[in-house]
This record gives sequence, structure tokens and C-alpha cells, in this order.
Amino acid sequence: MAFISSGYNPDKPMEDRITDIGPRKFDEFYPPVIKANKGKWLYHEILEPGVLVHVSETGDKVFTVRVGGARLMSVTMIREICEIADKHCGGYVRWTTRNNVEFMVDSLDKVAPLKAELLSRKQIGGGFKFPIGGTGAGITNIVHTQGWIHCHTPATDGSGPVKAAMDVLFDQFTSMKLPAHLRISLACCLNMCGAVHCSDIAILGFHRKPPMLDHEYLDKMCEIPLAIAACPTAAIKPAKVEVDGQKLNSVAVKNSRCMFCGNCYTMCPAMPLADKEGDGIVLMAGGKVSNRISPPKFSKVVVAFLPNEAPRWASTTDAIQKMVNAYSNGARKYERLGDWAERIGWERFFSVCDLPFTHHLIDDFRDPAYYTWRQTTQFKF
Amino acid sequence: MPKHETPLLDELESGPWPSFVSDIKAEAASRAKNEKNVEFQIPVDVCDDLLGVLELSYKHGRTHWKHGGIVGVFGYGGGVIGRYCDQPGMFPGVAHFHTVRVNQPGGKFYNTAYLKQLCDLWEFRGSGLTNMHGSTGDIILIGTQTPQLEEIFYDLTHNMNQDLGGSGSNLRTPADCIGSARCEYACYDTQSMCYALTQEYQDELHRPAFPYKFKFKFDGCPNCCVASIARSDMSFIGLWRDEIRIDQAAVAAYVGGEIQPNGGAHAGRDWGKFDIQKEVIGLCPTECMRYEGGKLEIDNKECTHCMHCINVMPRALRIGNDRGCAILVGAKAPILDGAQMGSLLVPFISVEDPYDEVKEVIEKVWDYWMEEGKNRERLGELIKRQGFQKLLEATDIEASPLHVSEPRSNPYIFWKEEEVEGGWERDVKAYRKDHLR
Repeated sequence: MAFISSGYNPDKPMEDRITDIGPRKFDEFYPPVIKANKGKWLYHEILEPGVLVHVSETGDKVFTVRVGGARLMSVTMIREICEIADKHCGGYVRWTTRNNVEFMVDSLDKVAPLKAELLSRKQIGGGFKFPIGGTGAGITNIVHTQGWIHCHTPATDGSGPVKAAMDVLFDQFTSMKLPAHLRISLACCLNMCGAVHCSDIAILGFHRKPPMLDHEYLDKMCEIPLAIAACPTAAIKPAKVEVDGQKLNSVAVKNSRCMFCGNCYTMCPAMPLADKEGDGIVLMAGGKVSNRISPPKFSKVVVAFLPNEAPRWASTTDAIQKMVNAYSNGARKYERLGDWAERIGWERFFSVCDLPFTHHLIDDFRDPAYYTWRQTTQFKF
Repeated sequence: MPKHETPLLDELESGPWPSFVSDIKAEAASRAKNEKNVEFQIPVDVCDDLLGVLELSYKHGRTHWKHGGIVGVFGYGGGVIGRYCDQPGMFPGVAHFHTVRVNQPGGKFYNTAYLKQLCDLWEFRGSGLTNMHGSTGDIILIGTQTPQLEEIFYDLTHNMNQDLGGSGSNLRTPADCIGSARCEYACYDTQSMCYALTQEYQDELHRPAFPYKFKFKFDGCPNCCVASIARSDMSFIGLWRDEIRIDQAAVAAYVGGEIQPNGGAHAGRDWGKFDIQKEVIGLCPTECMRYEGGKLEIDNKECTHCMHCINVMPRALRIGNDRGCAILVGAKAPILDGAQMGSLLVPFISVEDPYDEVKEVIEKVWDYWMEEGKNRERLGELIKRQGFQKLLEATDIEASPLHVSEPRSNPYIFWKEEEVEGGWERDVKAYRKDHLR
């Protein structure tokens, strides 16, 4: 494999250089029916799970077929998407913010052949390449972070638990039977690149062991003051240590103060904290970002820890399944999971979801904690 | 024969949901076969080694990726994230496995010509694996080596008219909802504003000069499909401030059961006949609606534009005509001091190209944050540390009840000397004339 130049000349990096041009302009990529009707849409309907129609004041309609997919996607898969978009959609396609792919056509008669084509394409293990769904009062695709496939700080994998969860919840993706839509997100550590903290159900990777200290290399690999400053609980202090008779500058960690955030490791690679037994999953529930009926709210921790059971994360998917079932049975039409939990009371949430409540779930992190303790005699026995 | 045995990952090839394992295997097979005689610029077995190292993580319960080094393209401080495997001997194909962030187009609309060009580039100079898309919104190209970075950038800019996205302590790639391109709820053209501001702030996006990351997100309405209110330092949420437009005939059609509520979103279960009192009037958070004598009335001045009634009856109710957006600031995920939701700074601002009013607010916020923010302190954390009043001062915005969900319940007001009549300088001797020691 010989190196092939694109035309870039490393000796003259500024020659002919193009910078600061930004993204391609959105309207280059609008299908004609979108371009002609932008800003003129009157209303939409979901014709069946995964199939939407938007109707314009011009009388035009755009029919959208939404399919789920893995966020991690090969160029082979993207080319397959292009092939379908070329054949059915005039060469246009889009992705949603939740990693779904949307194929749009401009008349109803084009929907059935598109759907048939999408559903006919299967993977080697029998799974769908393009499952149709993800609309309305159901569970759409899970947004997630990299996990073990590409990140240096994760406490769990991203793609694996998502695949496991969506297999278990598949029926909810292809139907609209829930009281309202239910958004699930995964972040593989509490850096939360995925910002899962306002999801109906959040799957969060978490460490439980304080960092190990690679004293021999710490001062060589890290800026010690930055590592110390990185700790939100001031658990890290400078320390002189002796390794093989050599006095070295390093740090000491007060383990009882560690909140396992991994921020020190982000700043200092000589403080790794990943561990097979220590790492696992926290489940959070009841968050939302929409302002509909009630204001947006944060997800609450409802399961303090579940082990990383690769490859199928059975305890995690079981707990999620329990919450989804209890919500489905108990919530009113239009009621989001968090609104339902607040209406019945969190004490009832734990009993109907059959989830144990442990002391870990009582907030003891700084001021906001106090506001979450029960300060009333209104509660349910 | 696969290069590495992957018994754990293989278990993720069954089940109805698309399997990323099968997809990576398909890419590995395609590279091995190389039907188009691509002169791969990174190892041909990169996907095999990625499966190998991931299998090892499944076995160890730990990642095998190290911190990124300083890699990038000349003149930019972001857009490329270095990534190295901690078992390069076992998995040489992914020993160096850098990420390239590519600034996605608005609404994530594509034509296939563009996508095919991107696929060709990434098969040739990278692993052939992507994320469509990263959490912030970028097209993520995962897995290439340092000598390819300038080549990829050259190809993107010269042949695809396409720039990189953001990373590090800079403006992260802004992201928008589908907006008026295909949504009747959009109160402003999210894609147009997202594009205009992305172009305006290219320098901030590519060259880290901020205390930490900074995110813009654009939601066309309070349904917040891009979750701007939860995860962007500045969140622009479309609003109207006049009257919800009512089509009484369509209201009657909903009541009569001729049109399914909520666009048919609940069609999978029998929820009984649509009941406008229970499902709309009774759920309105401000109780500002009435349905009497076959007529729907909305007391619009009491409406808090929660979108519920419009979501339930999109054919009967439409957003008002006096549209703009609200600006909320300071949202972030929990690290470090806990999660923060966006706090309302500007209740309503006009959103017209060239967005000068919006830019003015943005630049005042940036000036304040760059002056006062500590290293790795998000805007929300700074506001929390110094108080919301400081932000109002910095942005020349007058305090209003809209800025709070409730007034403070402690009286510990930090009065300023100039706010108190006569100032703070007093003569204790004069005081003692009236008050003996």
C-alpha cells in the first residue's frame, strides 16, 4: 500500500490551503419536495408506525419512512442506503437526531415498494438492516456514545448494550402502544458525551473504584497540578513517593472522597480507574427535554449499579423492561415516564417496577441533595 | 476465516435490531475482497483488528484505548481526536486509530452523490467505519492514521467543499432540528440560523480560545427535538408570542373522531374515543383553554406555549405568527458539579438573517465567560459560581420575573453600594452622638 497524495504538499502547508469554509449548505441537500415546501407545512400524520406524511399548503405531500439503525455504520452500509435512496427517493436521504434514517418520497404509491425493499434487506444473523418504526408513542432508537469501541474513559460499552436493549424492546420500536414516547439514551461514562441526563430512561456507565496510581510514570505523563485541580471533591493532593529507591513526585488520593468521575484520569493517564468488577451500569429514569405539559426535567438514579454482563447485559435489559412494562400499564395517555412517576410517587415507582431501593439512591452530593429529601408527611405506605 | 475469534461479539449478531458487529464484519470482508482495487492507505485488516480489540474489551470488561495525543491539521486546534490502542502488538491495524469530525449539513439532509464521495474517501484513507452521527451532530469518521489527516482535510476542502467540526475548548459543531424544512411547528428557520452562525464563528470553531467547550443548538419549538435545553451552553428555542391559530372546523373533526389525535401517535392501543376535555383542556398546564358550544377558546395571554394542544391537534391548532426564539444558557451534562438545565436569559428575540441581535447576545456572553471563566469551567458553572445577576450585567439585560421559576427564599441580597441611598461610607463619630458606647 503505497502512500498516495491528495495533492497536499507537506513542505508548503499553506499553499492552496482552504480553511474555515464550514459545512455544506443545507439546501443543497433538500429533496425537491422539501425545497418547494419549506416553511409551508400545514400538518403531519403518522400513517402507521415508521411512516409519516407531512402536508403542505401547496397541496404537496412528503411521505417519510423512518428506519432504525446502528449509529456505528460502515461505508458499505451507507452505500446500501444510497442505493435505496437512488432507487426510491431521487437520491436524497436524511438522518434524525436519534440515529434513525429517513427515506422520503413525494407520493403515497411510492411508499409500499420502498417499505418492501427496506424490510427485505437482512443481515447475516437474520436481523433487519432497516427496521421500520421509531415514531409516535413508542420507543425510538437509542442515542449513545462510543464505549469500548473507541473511547479511553468508558465504564461500559456503547453499541453492545444498545443492541441488546433494542433487541429486547424491538416490539416497542415497531409499534405505538405506550402512553407517550419514551426516549432511551446511553452514555458510557459520566462525561456524558451523549447528555443522557434528561432521558425517560438513561443507561450510564459508571466506575466504582478510585484511580490506581502509576507513580513511576505519573510525573512524566501528567501535569500534577492539573490532575489535582481536576478533582471535584479535592481528594487528590501532591505526594512524594519512593519507587525502587528513587524519590518521585506524584499524587495521593483520599479514596473515601472519590466520586469516581474519572476527571483525574482525563487529565492524567497515569491514574487509570477502569476495572472489570468496579465498572458497570447505573440506570436513571424520568427525565425529559420537551416543554410539553410539564417543564424539562433531569433523570433520577433508580438503579445504583448493575454489572457489565457482556455481551447481552441481561440485568440491565431486564430492569429496563420492568420499567417500560410498569409505565405502559400505569401511565395515562400523553403522560411521560417522569410525570407518571411523580404522580404515583417515587415510592410507588419502585414497587410497581419491582426495583429495590437502596441508600445509594438518596442524594448526598452537595446542596441540591437537601431539596430531594422528603419534607412532608404526604407519602404512601 | 476471521483474523480474530470473537465468540462474545458473535452473540450480538442475532436478534431483530441491526447488528453493528455484522456490519463491521461486512466491512472487513469488503476490504479483504477489495473488488474495486482500492489502494487502502491504512491497513486492510483494520476492521478485523477493531473487532479483535473490542472482543478483548468484552472479555476484560475494560477499554483498550489510550488518551489521544496531539494530532490535527495545520492551523486548526480541533476536528481531529487522537486515539491509540493499548495493545498495538496484538492489533496493529488499529494501533493508531484517530477520529475525524466532519461538520454535518443542517437537518442532516444528504444527497447520495455527497455520501458516496465521503464513503470513497473514508474507505481509501480510513477504516470505512463511521458514526452517523456523533452526539454533538458531526459526521464521525472513526479510525485513521496521522499521515492521512492532512490528506483527508485536503480532499474534504478541495473536492467536497466540506470543513471539519469542532473539538476541544472551542465552539463545538452547532446542530439544529429539522425545522421548517419539514415541520409545521418550527417558529424559525433553524437550519438557516445554524448555518449562518456556524459560518460567522468559524474561527471560534476551529481554534480553541475558550475556557472549555461551548455548544449551540437550535430547536424550532418547545418540543426540543435536539434537546438544546439540556445540552447546549446556548440554546435557541423557537417561540411565538401572539395567538395560536385555531381552525374550528378541524377542532370539530377531532372531537367527532374524524381525525386521529396527536397525528396518530397513539394508534397502537385502544385509548377510547377522543375526549377533548380530558386530553387537551384538562392537561393544559395553565388552564387557559375552554371548549363550549362546539367552540374552542384559548386565553392566549395565559398560554405558556407548552405545545401540548398543538401536538394533540396539529390540523386544528397552529403556532402563532409573531415568531422568534428564546435563548437559554448554561446547560450541560453532570461532569463535574452536577447536570444543569438551560436557564432563560432572553425570553424573545427576533430571528432574522443576518441575526445581528442574536450575535450581539452571543458575543457579550462569550466576552463575559472568556474574562471570568476558569480553565475547564462551562458557562453554566460560571453562572452558578458568580450568580445569574452577573450574567445579566454582562449582557445588559434587565432582570424580569421571567428569569426565575420563583423569587429567592432567602433575603441575603448582595446589595451594591450604589444601590443603597447615601452609600456605605458613614461617620461613626456622628453615629455615636446619638448612640453612646
